[in-house]
Amino acid sequence: MTTGAEGMRLLWLATVIAGLTLLLGLSVAVGTRSVGWSDVVAALGGASGTIDQAAVTVRIPRTLLAGAAGAALGLAGAIMQGVTRNPLADPGILGVNLGASLAVVVGVAWFGITSSQAFIWVAILGAGVTAVFVYTIGSLGRGGATPLKLALAGVATSIAFASLVVAIILPRADIAGGIQSWRIGGVGGATFGAIGEVTPFLVGGVLLALLSARRLNSLALGDEIATGLGERVALARATAALSAILLCGATTAVCGPIGFVGLVVPHLCRLLVGVDHRWLLPFAALAGACLLLAADVMGRIIARPNELEVGVVTAFIGAPFFIWIVRRQRVREL
Amino acid sequence: MQASSIDIVWNGRASRMRRRRLVIGSLLTLVVLLFALTLMLGQTFTPPGEVLRVLFGEEVQGASFTVGQLRLPRAVLAVLTGLSFGLGGAAFQIMLRNPLASPDIIGINLGASAAAVFAIVVLQMNGPAVSVFAVVAALGVAMAIYGLSFRDGVAGTRLILIGIGVAAMLESFIAYTLSRAPAWSLQEAMRWLAGSLNGTQTSQTLPLLVALFLFGGLLLSRARDLDTLRLGDDTAAALGTNVAATRIIVMIAAVGVIAVATAVAGPVSFVAFLAGSIAARLVGGNGSILLPAALLGAVLVMLADYAGQFLLPSRYPVGVVTGALGAPYLIYLIIRVNRSGGSL
Repeated sequence: MTTGAEGMRLLWLATVIAGLTLLLGLSVAVGTRSVGWSDVVAALGGASGTIDQAAVTVRIPRTLLAGAAGAALGLAGAIMQGVTRNPLADPGILGVNLGASLAVVVGVAWFGITSSQAFIWVAILGAGVTAVFVYTIGSLGRGGATPLKLALAGVATSIAFASLVVAIILPRADIAGGIQSWRIGGVGGATFGAIGEVTPFLVGGVLLALLSARRLNSLALGDEIATGLGERVALARATAALSAILLCGATTAVCGPIGFVGLVVPHLCRLLVGVDHRWLLPFAALAGACLLLAADVMGRIIARPNELEVGVVTAFIGAPFFIWIVRRQRVREL
Repeated sequence: MQASSIDIVWNGRASRMRRRRLVIGSLLTLVVLLFALTLMLGQTFTPPGEVLRVLFGEEVQGASFTVGQLRLPRAVLAVLTGLSFGLGGAAFQIMLRNPLASPDIIGINLGASAAAVFAIVVLQMNGPAVSVFAVVAALGVAMAIYGLSFRDGVAGTRLILIGIGVAAMLESFIAYTLSRAPAWSLQEAMRWLAGSLNGTQTSQTLPLLVALFLFGGLLLSRARDLDTLRLGDDTAAALGTNVAATRIIVMIAAVGVIAVATAVAGPVSFVAFLAGSIAARLVGGNGSILLPAALLGAVLVMLADYAGQFLLPSRYPVGVVTGALGAPYLIYLIIRVNRSGGSL
């Protein structure tokens, strides 16, 4: 039995890696401008003589960023669902992405921050504060943090923060243009510099996440049993939550708030590889990268000659999924 | 003994009626007062005498244009949109027994917005045609949300979450439509999306007035049936209310007022949500909150529009001011409800 399940997992792993390779290739080759294969290959080798080759050169950092951001969001979603034991948890739905955005917008508008390093720190701070805030609101009162109370607290916070973001940037014509495109959530403006700055944070988040995989397995049994197994529950929660906050904060600082990736990916991965977090977490990272790359490629194709931000595409994919999960919940919990 | 207990009931009833009348009376006074003030105040002060002469159709040097052409249409539109949003929002909140079930949170306003943007950008429509299109689409969105959340009856929380999911999709649709828009209609669509009373013309108020009379009258005539729904479907049915019919009529009428107001003034965020839930606290279970909520909506829109124009360091559209007001209240409401242990 075990070997059979193990074999299936390895098979799925190979499939996801193959899909990821394919999507990485597509993301470099396909765009609003059609480019011949010879130019793609030449540009990958470093040439940027023709316009076509230059177009491909721009796509390379973009592809890397989309992959990294997708992996981070998928992983963060899986961790959040594990920590809160909540099928509706997602960095977007729990308001963490918007908390990071609000922090960045406040920083830009009122404190005049400009360096991208500062962007990342501020975004992580905002994500952390919001996560604690939403969890506190959601766990007030009888029954503690039930999935629906938590989700409701998160979406209400999101809606509230979104309207504050608009109120802050609207009168500031000087910054509105730059922030407006960032606010929707896209990977179009990627540069190697930005990727380099965000990498340490993402690596830190991924390491912490992988370290807490075992602990998340114990937490899934419930707090009492986890304590009985010798797990320090509060510490396990805090480590896992910190990794999720690092991942979402850093991603939001570079790409803006991208919703629903962290919701959809862990659910799909659980169907494929089961509930063991030691498998689920790496899988969620790979599948998240695939999803965001696919969404980004789609966004370039469907709105030709313009581009559609990847955040718009993921909402179209993720929102129906969200509705489906909500419908599945029992009435008693609602 | 018998007589005194009847007296107690009677007195309690009378005092509750007094409270509701007091609330409605003060809100009405406030609306009239604010309306008069917005006509007088602005970049320049116009004395009340001159305002009255303009209103009676006299030609007054210097005041006829500012008051008659600029301030009057804007003030009228502010009152009408406020009444519409307040009325529609309260109707939804009562019907679904949940303050969060307001049309601006569950995506009905966004349905009207998406339709209007589509009509402006893709179908090149303008004027009343946009309003009609927005009403039909918003009704479709409302039906879809209701249908999707129907499973062994409609639970309020599920409807809200599903509405939020639908809202996310509609937002994406708006972004997609705007990304394909040519520059000239993009301007128009963006100005409209901000929820603004800028550049109001008298002709815009007519569809709003008609909708308010038609749908608003329908809602107020159903106020009693609507109130019984607060007790739960079974109790309402036992009290003689036709639950299904009331739901459908109320939904159509509420979506109607909201969608027409949205089509004219844009999505003025959180007015529906704020008006309904604040009115419920003011009146406190003493009779229908429809009328107080409508008046409160008008007060909110007029205040926010005035603040956005003159009180703040830069000029904000009204929707941004109400959005910034509504955000903290929304979080406060969630905290209060969770702490008291009640489900929403």
